[in-house]
Amino acid sequence: MRRKTLVVGVVLALGISACSSGGDKDTKTGTAEFNAADSKIVNASDKKGGTLNLALSDDWDSIDPGNTYYAFSWNFARLYGRSLTMFKPAPGKDGLELVPDLATGLGTVSDGGKTVTYKLRPNVRYEDGTVVTAKDVKNAVARTYARDVLPNGPSYFVELLDAPGYQGPYKNPDLNAFTGVQTPDDSTVVFKLKAPFGDFDFLVSAPQTMPVPQAKDTGAKYQEHPLSTGSYKVDSYEPGKQFVLSRNPNWDTSDPNRRQLVDKIDVKLKTSAEDIDNRLLAGSLDADVAGSGVQAAAQSKILSDPKLKANADNTFTGRLWFFVMDEKVAPFDNIECRKAVQYATDKVSLQTAYGGPIAGGDIATTMLPPTIVGYQKFDLYATPDNKGDVTKAKAALTACGKPDGFSTSILLRADRPKEVAAGEALQQALSKVNIKAEIKSVPAGQYFTRFAGAPEYMKTNNIGIAFHGWQADWPTGFGFLQQLVDGRTIKAQGNTNVQEMDDPAINALFDKAAGSTDAKEREAIYGQIDKAAMERASVVPFLYGKGLLYRNPAMTNVFIDYSYGMYNYTLLGKQ
Amino acid sequence: MVTTAIEGRSLGQIAWTRLRRDRLALGGAVVIVVLVLAAVLAPLLTKITGGSPTDFHQDLVDPTFSKPKGDGVFAGFSWDHPLGVEPRSGRDVFSRILYGAQISLLIGFLATLLSVTLGTVLGVVAGYMGGWVDTLISRTMDVFLAFPLLLFALALAGVIPDKAFGLSGNALRIAVLVFIIGFFNWPYVGRIIRGQTLSLREREFVDASRSLGARGFHVVFRELLPNLVAPVLVYATLMIPTNILFEAALSFLGVGIRPPTPSWGKMLADAVPFYSVAPMYMVVPGLAIFLTVMAFNLLGDGLRDALDPRAR
Repeated sequence: MRRKTLVVGVVLALGISACSSGGDKDTKTGTAEFNAADSKIVNASDKKGGTLNLALSDDWDSIDPGNTYYAFSWNFARLYGRSLTMFKPAPGKDGLELVPDLATGLGTVSDGGKTVTYKLRPNVRYEDGTVVTAKDVKNAVARTYARDVLPNGPSYFVELLDAPGYQGPYKNPDLNAFTGVQTPDDSTVVFKLKAPFGDFDFLVSAPQTMPVPQAKDTGAKYQEHPLSTGSYKVDSYEPGKQFVLSRNPNWDTSDPNRRQLVDKIDVKLKTSAEDIDNRLLAGSLDADVAGSGVQAAAQSKILSDPKLKANADNTFTGRLWFFVMDEKVAPFDNIECRKAVQYATDKVSLQTAYGGPIAGGDIATTMLPPTIVGYQKFDLYATPDNKGDVTKAKAALTACGKPDGFSTSILLRADRPKEVAAGEALQQALSKVNIKAEIKSVPAGQYFTRFAGAPEYMKTNNIGIAFHGWQADWPTGFGFLQQLVDGRTIKAQGNTNVQEMDDPAINALFDKAAGSTDAKEREAIYGQIDKAAMERASVVPFLYGKGLLYRNPAMTNVFIDYSYGMYNYTLLGKQ
Repeated sequence: MVTTAIEGRSLGQIAWTRLRRDRLALGGAVVIVVLVLAAVLAPLLTKITGGSPTDFHQDLVDPTFSKPKGDGVFAGFSWDHPLGVEPRSGRDVFSRILYGAQISLLIGFLATLLSVTLGTVLGVVAGYMGGWVDTLISRTMDVFLAFPLLLFALALAGVIPDKAFGLSGNALRIAVLVFIIGFFNWPYVGRIIRGQTLSLREREFVDASRSLGARGFHVVFRELLPNLVAPVLVYATLMIPTNILFEAALSFLGVGIRPPTPSWGKMLADAVPFYSVAPMYMVVPGLAIFLTVMAFNLLGDGLRDALDPRAR
């Protein structure tokens, strides 16, 4: 459950064009000022025409909506596809709300939560004019079972739907063999679940439910031209070079979630992050699609110039940076020793290592970041100014039976300079209470397959502490926390519950949330899980990730989509 | 009237006289001596300036930009921190450079020693014995020369466990780096030594020694090796800077020494994201590497000129 954030080098850029007067429009929505797009729509406008010039320092894993797993890609896919539900295109916390998109309403739950039904909106057409039917949605979900053909996306449907042994539509083209989704008529999609799942509406907001007609489904080759149901259609996609979209003539204009203002969207691929910053500042680019923030050089330019700063936003990315203590590795099998580390940690020095309050983020005290449904503010291990408390740490050490400290290892990813810097900062803070920690850095690519994600490795190498970072696939407590603290998710490889927390009370809370049909109740449970997990003291959250994004003053209808932690793309226009 | 007899001068004396006249080479030698002293005395020197290479001084770092507080290029420079402080952590750059010199020089020297020893022994054996032994050793050298060393080093350094061969932690890392750099560079020395041996073994003094009944062992160690000292010395001096650069490259790529132990290559890598806001942090380790490499190269060139028999 880890939607990837594209992190290239250090941080990426979201940029600016020339110094044309950006915020002189007098509308009730926001004008261009620092952080304006975080809470309002900046430069609201109905003006049509122009080209949106975007860039990406890397490339898509795939533009096939059923085969992609980057946060920016899920955000961007909404331009050329409509999933059953989507996040409301609205600034601020409203953006965390789900609204129907291809469906006429949110799912209707029956059979004790094991059946979820969606009605399709009539007259939604593909770019070639053919009408979207329920079978196309069924095919789209069936494709996610073909992991050998489409390996990139998440596998939630495979895990949750009741379709034992199904292998995907390529081995057996008869869709009737797929029992997980049923289509009693052309406009009804019925999902059959193995067990109730409260957040199901969130799952179907993934691009994996964007309809794919079986007749046009060419498997791995479908990404050469995915059929559009959104406001834009794919003109051309050349991997490593360019991705061009233009207006979709058959787009359903009654669609409340999208607009069709610019004529063309042009994304240049594999442009260096540095180059992107420079071109944004020179005015030849509108934005960086990755949306993870500008580089250090551009950051200092923007923050020291009030004119540039007025076009920047400092927003939560939805990412949490934390480290964990393995509850199965001595001496962290004793909760008091874990508490000693909780108190000894100087979160300010970790924050500085990550780039400070703007490029790094806000100091975290809970596992759920503020932009996740279920967040509650609390701090179980408060220290003065978050700088650590040697006295309390030493008291905990004594309670643990190790008044003279102990030795352990810190595991982190060698190719992430910020993480290494944070590891060194933690090492310093721990040495103040005589905890001697040796840093062990390993390649990021195999971090969860061979190192931190392999409990056996942690134990044999006596790794007590491991760095971790997380972003949810959908912004609720369940989507964020389940893979981190549900004891039943611990596995021998690819384990993300690195601290090996297995508490029956916490596991039961997840089941309670999954079975609940009341969104408010679920929200309260997520808060309880967060607190219960923090009480075990094996997770030390230290940063709610933030990025400095730059919006071109020439772009209209700009706002931050809280669900993705970056600018929304479905309403954008050009002045 | 005193008549001074015309004394014969040994090769060593001639070389020393020549070297003394070569100002550049002497300059290089002085820099090297200073560097070695600084590296050895690092704990003392840093005591004077008061900076430990691992202590954080985040009060000296601007939290928003992660760069040292203050304006201008020399922000962060003070009497306490003569070369400024590191972005993000505020660690003292001066002491990190000194301690980094320990690592760089140690690995540079040891790796060179390893490859020169291997190269000389195998080169002499190949050149002297000839025949199938020569063929075997020469083909092995070809294989080693064709080896994608950097890729292999990256892969090997990545999979080395925590403890191995009775070593652990940084001692093991240093041993691994010395092995990788030293073991794969011997053919460069080996080929030169083999060529020299081939021409030497046909010379009259070797024939004379053989006709007097000398065996292979005596010929190699008493007749050939002393004549090979000059090229070995020159080559070793020129190899040290290459090896220092290679270590820096590996550290730059993240497979070198473990943090928080400083290394020049790692410092350069750390400086990349900050080059526009804290340029001196990149310039300082860059200059250190540049000076060291140039000093060794100048000395090596000077040695070659002084020892080259053709230039006599």
